[in-house]
This record gives sequence, structure tokens and C-alpha cells, in this order.
Amino acid sequence: MAKKKLKNVKVNFDTNWKYAPAPESKDHILLKNRYDLFINGEFVAPKSGKYFDTINPANETKLAEVADADTYDVNRSVAAARNAYEKVWSKMPAKERGKYMFRIARAIQERAREFAVIETLDGGKPIRESRDIDVPLAAAHFFYYAGWADKLDYAAPGKKVRSLGVAGQIIPWNFPLLMAAWKIAPALAAGNTVVLKPAETTPLTALKLAEIIQESGLPEGVVNIITGAGTTGAALVNHPDINKIAFTGSTDVGKMIQKSIAGTNKKYTLELGGKAANIIFEDAAIDQAVEGIVNGIFFNQGHVCCAGSRLFVQESVADIVIHKLKDRMETLIVGDPLDKNTDIGAINSKDQLNKIKQYIKIGINEGGECYQSSCAIPSKGFFHRPTLFTNVGQSSRIVQEEIFGPVLAIQTFRTVEEVIEKANNIPYGLSGGVWTDKGSKIFKVTSQIRAGVIWANTYNKFDPTSPFGGYKESGIGREGGMHGVMPYVEISN
Amino acid sequence: MNNSLSIAYDFRHAPSIDQVGVEERISRLSKRSIKKESKLAALKLALSMVDLTTLEARDTPGKVRQLCVKAMHPHDSVSGIPSVAAVCVYPNLVRVAKEILKGSKVKVAAVSTAFPSGMSTRKVKLEETRYAVNEGADEIDMVISRGKFLRGEYNFVFDEIAAVKETCGLAHLKVILETGELSTLDNVRRASNIAMEAGADFIKTSTGKIQPTATLPVTLVMFEAIRDFYYRTGKKIGMKPAGGIATAKLALNYLVVLRETLGQDWLNADMFRFGASSLANDLLMQIVKEQTGTYQCIDYFSKD
Repeated sequence: MAKKKLKNVKVNFDTNWKYAPAPESKDHILLKNRYDLFINGEFVAPKSGKYFDTINPANETKLAEVADADTYDVNRSVAAARNAYEKVWSKMPAKERGKYMFRIARAIQERAREFAVIETLDGGKPIRESRDIDVPLAAAHFFYYAGWADKLDYAAPGKKVRSLGVAGQIIPWNFPLLMAAWKIAPALAAGNTVVLKPAETTPLTALKLAEIIQESGLPEGVVNIITGAGTTGAALVNHPDINKIAFTGSTDVGKMIQKSIAGTNKKYTLELGGKAANIIFEDAAIDQAVEGIVNGIFFNQGHVCCAGSRLFVQESVADIVIHKLKDRMETLIVGDPLDKNTDIGAINSKDQLNKIKQYIKIGINEGGECYQSSCAIPSKGFFHRPTLFTNVGQSSRIVQEEIFGPVLAIQTFRTVEEVIEKANNIPYGLSGGVWTDKGSKIFKVTSQIRAGVIWANTYNKFDPTSPFGGYKESGIGREGGMHGVMPYVEISN
Repeated sequence: MNNSLSIAYDFRHAPSIDQVGVEERISRLSKRSIKKESKLAALKLALSMVDLTTLEARDTPGKVRQLCVKAMHPHDSVSGIPSVAAVCVYPNLVRVAKEILKGSKVKVAAVSTAFPSGMSTRKVKLEETRYAVNEGADEIDMVISRGKFLRGEYNFVFDEIAAVKETCGLAHLKVILETGELSTLDNVRRASNIAMEAGADFIKTSTGKIQPTATLPVTLVMFEAIRDFYYRTGKKIGMKPAGGIATAKLALNYLVVLRETLGQDWLNADMFRFGASSLANDLLMQIVKEQTGTYQCIDYFSKD
């Protein structure tokens, strides 16, 4: 289509007919006022007696207090995991391990509503996502890896597959339950025991998972869940009796972990930051591509390591794509995460909100043109309007650095070669997206972009059978699929 | 593309549609939760958008009279219930409907152009349209020539629609694409473009005689075609899904998709219609339920 000025023809989404509030009930959930550490099959108080609050980022009220584990607590949890590994778990027939995992998976499904509501309360993500994505996928990971438990020999035919021992696992706040599942399930399937530390702003669903694990009758000490902040994590990483570190979080912390375990025998996987290129070619199905852009950057408030935060649009369709994107942004409902109609919930913490605001300032100072949807946002709690920047360049900081919020940087391109070069011109390489109606172009582009996961004509699709992980500073190792078992085993002849 | 309508538009190059993406969008929009006052408002809005339809070979003046009374007074025992938008009949019953509806806001729509197949000559189609307009039809629902469309004779389809539009005079023209025979969403999009460029006031999914009838994915694709036409020309074209929309719940799903695709300017009976017959009673039952808190037995609602 030849270009014609779109002028100011915009769709009016300020409709007389509005959606009434539709909050998900929270009457059915059970939350204690205080959570202890889950060590050796029991909930035990931290030695220091210290607790910290976890709040609901949507209204800044306290949900519960959780134990702050110190080195002593880390030591006893690792000792419990070692003991369980030596005496029980490594000796148990593989299919028996699988049975426990199937039981945990079913229990997550049975309590899916409760998990979804708590995930939303503690983390701020919309109930639609925790209900339809986080919780079902967490159960799916346990089901999937339960199946691997007695099939490890098929992963390396003709060779011996052995478990490693004790895995120390540290997970982020953006998908608390799902990341716990990503970490615990493959470790258990391969015959390892676990000490897991959830993020300090979102510990509740991991602690609810601990309750399920306790009820499932999993042998004591096979899974230990301890809460705390960075120092707790550091104590876990530095513990000499850990055989394997699995970390998901920021690239900065990932580098620190690499340094601190250098020279040790610890195996490790790191799943770190990203700044994915989402590429729209002129022959794409434009309306569906616009949906993909929205899903790519505004899913989970943009708190997604594989978020499509750099948009590349071919110049011939840039005007119409950006025009449609702006109109589409007007229909995004920002607000109470528990409301079933909410599309974008609360930013996870005040710190993160401040970081996002800081990047908005940086973007404007760099000369970027900032556009935000006109929606009202709640006065209490941590909220941020969906935002996009045009008029930015490859050298802009908001193009180069991970913001981890609902902020999209838009660049245009002319040719396939140009966009491949720009997509790769970044220290990260976790994910990417390609939108075109032409199959050959999909193969050409995806084979040349250095990123672990690239979606074609869709975005942010996850499945337990599919490996996930990064190139370059986005990480080392893969999670999911058979690839996700490998970091938890040793293979010998 | 040339912006002048006098030069033929190359309809071979219609925008492509990704079916998987369309279905995902529909799945997501269908999860919107519509409650309380929002639900009641939507039910009444939906009722006011209904084209109450009878298109059977056994239709008689008696049957059409019944339908017209229902259209004006769907359920007067409860206050605040709107009349429907129109009744939709065959051309030879337009005059009967027109007489009964005189003085009301309810419009009369007539199907035309050898409905439902469209398998006739242009001369006959124009003659039938002229007859329906002369009988008093406010709106003409024509069918496109699907055989010609599937042969790639897009200009034939375009010319036929333009000719019918000219014959309509002041009557509004709804163009039925019969999406159930078009097979792909790409074709739905292409046919929508042809109809709008040729002068349609409304585009409509189906005759109701061919399965599948209206679906949410097809409707979304047509909404998006309407939106693109609006972006390009500033002109607002109406939309009518028809057939298979029998429940209030499904009707509300259509309104959600409409609201989040075309917005305020299309949320009225001038720009959006439901072609349906049994939908009206389900909407009425739900309205009464919302207002009184109890479901009433179907015998409290007229069957026409």
C-alpha cells in the first residue's frame, strides 16, 4: 500500500459502555502471618529470629513476614539436602522419584486457584496471567520432568548418567512459582536434592509449594526452601558442599556468581538478562504483529527476561504499525492485578518502579520521543503506563540496556541484512521475534540471530519440552526439554 | 495504491491475515468478565442492535406481522427495554413489514440479489433490488458472487456491488460475503476490502444458510478491515455478523471484540447489527434476570 498520511484518524476507545470491576475472590486462600524456613521437611524459625515483610505491590500493604536466612540456616539446609541425597534420594529407584513429582504436579493443579491468587497478590501480575500461564505451566514442568526421571538413560544412549548431588537454586521475582518449577523439577528428576531461594519480594508461592511438597510425602530434605535477600543467596553460592548452582536473574549478579565459583568444581547454569529484537517485516500480517508487539513487551508488565523490548519495523510499514500500536495501547487495562479484566498489573517493587522511571528520563534526555497510553493508573501501589519510544538509535541507552518494565524502544530498518546486524549488535542474546508471511525469510533471519529462543509470528510462548536459555551475556546452559536435564547430570562411559 | 476510487484497486494484494494470531486474540478477548451494570448495559445494547430475521420459503404476511410486533415491543412488561434495530425479510414481504412498523424506529431490511446463492444475472439482481427499494426497504442485504470471487474475478465482484449500491439510492447497502464459503481469513479480508471500496455501507458475514455462519475470528478480521478503511479514508463502515449467534453470552463476546477493535463510534445500531432470530429472547431472559434476580421460564417470553 502506498503511504498516505494517517492524519489524526484514531479510534475512540473512550466508550460509554465500560467493564465493571471483576475482582477474583481471595476468600479461598490460606496465608499465614509468618513463614519460616522449609528445611529437612519442616518449617523452622531462622536462627537469627529475623523476619522481613513481603508486601502487595498493588496497594503496598503487608501480606506476611518471612524468615531471613543467614549463613547458619544456609549451612543446615545444605546439610539436610546432602543427607537426603546420600541416604535416600540417590538410592531411590528412578520411577519412584517420578511418582513423587507427579504427585506434586497434581497438587499444584488442584490448588491452582489459590496459587494464582497468591502469585498475583505477592508479585503484582494480572490474575489472568497467573491463572492462565504461570500456574498451569508450573504444573506442566513437574509433569514433564516427572516423565524424565526413569528415562535418563535414553538421554545419552550407551553412556552412564549420574546425578550431581546438591543443587543450590536462586530464582527471580518475575515468575516466582514458575521459576521454582523450572529449577526444582529437572533437579529432582535427575536425582539431585535442592536448596532453593526465592526472591525476597516474592517468596510466598515458593513457600506454598513447600507446603505441597511436605504434604506429598517427599522424603525430608530432598527439597529445602529458604528465604532471604542477596546475602542469603551469596552464602548459598559460596557453600562448599554445593555441586551445582542454577541462577535466574540479572546479568550483574550472574557475573558475580561466575566470579565467586571460579576455581571450584561447581557446575552452573545462568539465565540472565535480555534485550530482544522483535522484528516486523513489511509482508507480515500487520494486525497480528501488533498483537505480538503488545504481548512481547507488556506481558507481565515487561518484567520478562525474554521481553521483546527492542522493536524493529521495516520502514515501508513503520507509520501504520506505530499508529496501530498506539491505538491498541489505548485498550490496555492497567490496574488492580486481581481484576480478571486487567491486562497490566503492578510493577513488582518500588525499586523497580524507580528504575523504570529513571530509564524514561534517560530516554527523553537522549532525544527519544516518549508516548504513553492515556489510561488512569491507581494512586496507591506501584504502577506504570505502557510506554513506547520512537526516535531512538542503536546507541541509545534505552536500546542497549535492559529496563525490565513496560517500555518499548522502536527502531526502523530497510533491509534484512541491516536488521540482522542491529539485532545482534547487543551484549545480550536470549530471545527474539520475527514477523513475516514468508517462510524462507523466517529461516534466513532466525538462523543468523544469535539468541537462544526465536519466535516466528508469535511471541512469549513457553512449553516444558522446549529448551530456553541465552547466548552471550544472557546466560549459560539451557532449561526445559532434554537440554534442561543435562546441567543436572554427569555423563560418563 | 491509488487513492482515487475511479481507478481499479488491485485486490490480489490484500493484507495477509495470520489465523493463529486471530484465534489467540479472540481467545483472550473472550475471557473478559462482564458483570453487573456493565452486563445489563451490554444486554440492552445488544438487543437494540438485533436485526430480527425471518428468511424462510414458508414466510407469510402473518408471520412477518408477528415478527414486527416483537421488534417494536420485545417485552413491554418490563420497562426500559429497547426495540430492536430492524426486521429482515424477503423483498415480497417488505410492504407488509413497512406498514406495521410505520411510525416506529425499526427499519426494514430486505435480502436481495438472488439471496442466498446470488446465482443469477446482474439484470435480475438489480431488478430485484429496485423492487425491494420501491416496496419501501430501508436497507438492502445483498450477497456477493462467491463463485466469481473464488475464480479471482475480483473486479466482477466489485462492479456488481457498485451497481447494486447505485440501485439502492438512499437505502443502506449491506454486503454479505458468505464467509463460510470463502475458506480462508485472507479471503475474508480481501472480500471485505472489495465490498467497502465498491460502496458498501455495511459488511455482513453470512446468509445464515451456509455453515459455518458468523464466527468471532471472521468478525475480528472484518472489524480490522473496517478499521484500516477508516484509517485510510476517514469513512466508517458498519458490520453485521449473522447466523449462529443464539445466546446472550456469545453476543456479549461480540460486543467486547467490537469495543476493543473499533471503539465508541461503532457501539450503536447504526454501525453494528446482529443478524439473528432466537438471540432476542435469550437477551430478554438475561435482562429480566439481571433486573429481578431470577430466571423466568421461557413461556414468559413470546415465541414468534
